[in-house]
Amino acid sequence: MTTTHTPANAAVPNALTDTVTVFVRELRPVLRDPVSIVFSMVQPLFFLALFAPLLPGTLGDAAALQWFVPGVIVMSCLFATGMTGSNLLFEMQTGAHERLMVTPLRRSSLLAGRALKEIVPAVAQALIITAATIPFGFRASVLGATAGLLLLAVLAVGLGSLSYALALASKDRDWLFWTVQQTLLFPLLLLGGALLPVSEGPQWLRVLSQINPLTHVVDAERALFAGDLASGAAARGALAAVAVAAVGLYVGIRAMRKE
Amino acid sequence: MIEARGLAKRFTAAKQTVEAVHPLNLDVATGELVALLGPNGAGKSTTIRMLTTLLAPTSGTAYVAGHDVLRRPRDVRLRIGCVGQGNGAGLGHRGRDELISQGRAYGLTTAAARARAAELIASLELQGVADRVVSSLSGGQRRRLDVALGLVHAPQLLFLDEPSTGLDPQNRARLVEHVRRLRADHGTTVVFTTHYLDEADRLAERVVIVDHGRVIADDTPARLKAAHAGDRIALAFDDERAARTAAARAGGVEGAAVERSANRVDVRVAGGARIAPRLLGEFAAHGAAAAEVEVSRPTLDDVFLNLTGRSLREESGDRAAADDGAEDEEKESAA
Ligand SMILES: Nc1ncnc2c1ncn2[C@@H]1O[C@H](COP(=O)(O)OP(=O)(O)O)[C@@H](O)[C@H]1O
Ligand SMILES: [Mg+2]
Repeated sequence: MTTTHTPANAAVPNALTDTVTVFVRELRPVLRDPVSIVFSMVQPLFFLALFAPLLPGTLGDAAALQWFVPGVIVMSCLFATGMTGSNLLFEMQTGAHERLMVTPLRRSSLLAGRALKEIVPAVAQALIITAATIPFGFRASVLGATAGLLLLAVLAVGLGSLSYALALASKDRDWLFWTVQQTLLFPLLLLGGALLPVSEGPQWLRVLSQINPLTHVVDAERALFAGDLASGAAARGALAAVAVAAVGLYVGIRAMRKE
Repeated sequence: MIEARGLAKRFTAAKQTVEAVHPLNLDVATGELVALLGPNGAGKSTTIRMLTTLLAPTSGTAYVAGHDVLRRPRDVRLRIGCVGQGNGAGLGHRGRDELISQGRAYGLTTAAARARAAELIASLELQGVADRVVSSLSGGQRRRLDVALGLVHAPQLLFLDEPSTGLDPQNRARLVEHVRRLRADHGTTVVFTTHYLDEADRLAERVVIVDHGRVIADDTPARLKAAHAGDRIALAFDDERAARTAAARAGGVEGAAVERSANRVDVRVAGGARIAPRLLGEFAAHGAAAAEVEVSRPTLDDVFLNLTGRSLREESGDRAAADDGAEDEEKESAA
């Protein structure tokens, strides 16, 4: 053992292998400690418990839940993925990110692997919320819910990427990350019509709402969970989610390469 | 293994420019064990970061492990290992998981990565803690895990940035032993940075001393000491008059540098062990018999002191403060 140093069973990995490596690395702590998924859900569950009774009708009113639950599912996804950049921000400070940057892992995989991992908590949370509301009268079509989760997964990748891009841009400035993140979170959520209907609002609000991709995803989730797969709302939502994912990955990978 | 030409880095932050590394030429041959020694802020990390593709230089080129760091960074990354100044292992992860991920990043199969992780856990004595979350490990355990991460793919060239910072003496010794063994078993080329003089002295075969972003010396520890610092003959006298007389006599010795403060006299001269007895006789003959004497071989700190006028040992984390301190130091020289 004096001349060659590269282990014999090493093959130069491709982009897909790299992405899987990063994905698995990110996922492991979640799998080792699944309760962590519930933590970022506390807020959405509170909203569910406190807001639902305020909706027209009483708790258990199926129509109200049918409208409200898909919104909370998107909200939960937005909260979890919006925060995820802080993990990267932390690893940029401790040195773990630097360690990964000096491995042959591709920059694009370092971003994509992390973003893809966001699917797991987002879908897990959606399932928990769905399961928790069914006893109160929430009804989901199996096929529609599956399509809804798929849509949510695409959205999670996009939002996660954007959060990572923000973390990379905030390097060494935690406050910048949190300020931007908090500033965007609630307008996106409220203008998205996740918690309150926007259709009754003034003209300017409705315009802003239409520009917000979340609006279309929320509408699509409502249609899909109701089993309305062929609707225009579902198509618009899919388009919006794919657009968010495409923009997110583009911006995120660029930020990672610039590092 | 390393060929850097005019490698330089200038930072601009808050309208202030810092020449972190002045144009640097550095050649490291295969199998060398090189220390970059210098105080905090000297530019050691910046140099390492440029050589490991983490930081684009402002100017200059570097070939590392046969490839251009700017044009073929991935080829460089495949061949080098790097233990950065921070904690490489993610704090929310388990050590073993991180080792396995690291192996996968270098293209090991999952089985091979597992086997390699187990091997490194054993050799760095991390058995008890590898399956705990990293944030629960002690500083020394974390640092050993960082080193293990840098070794997963058995690189031909290993960079270590302040590998022993935060370790207690026992762990520092263990780390030194580990790097030595790595060299002996695999012929790995090692470049490490340190601000610990004894570490550079004991471990490195070649020491590159950097200060304010410039290389100010580059040689084996023995030759550096021979060239830049003589032996030290430390003398104490019963009174200041005797010390003054002795300082004057010692000043007559060829090549000697003499410093006196109160009743103590320091003589720096090559071949100090041979000269001391003669000097003592001469002092006694002039009514200035020494009360105490100690002859010591020079240390790298003496070399640094000689080259910069500052002591590396006293250099604290705050460079500005240390600089001020060096300027305030008054030296009385009798010659
Ligand atoms: N990212 C950065 N931005 C601005 N200045 C920096 C940056 N990194 C390092 N420096 C400055 O460059 C100089 C060299 O730093 P560094 O290479 O970390 O020194 P060392 O590792 O020898 O302690 C210091 O003055 C430091 O403040
Ligand atoms: Mg440093």
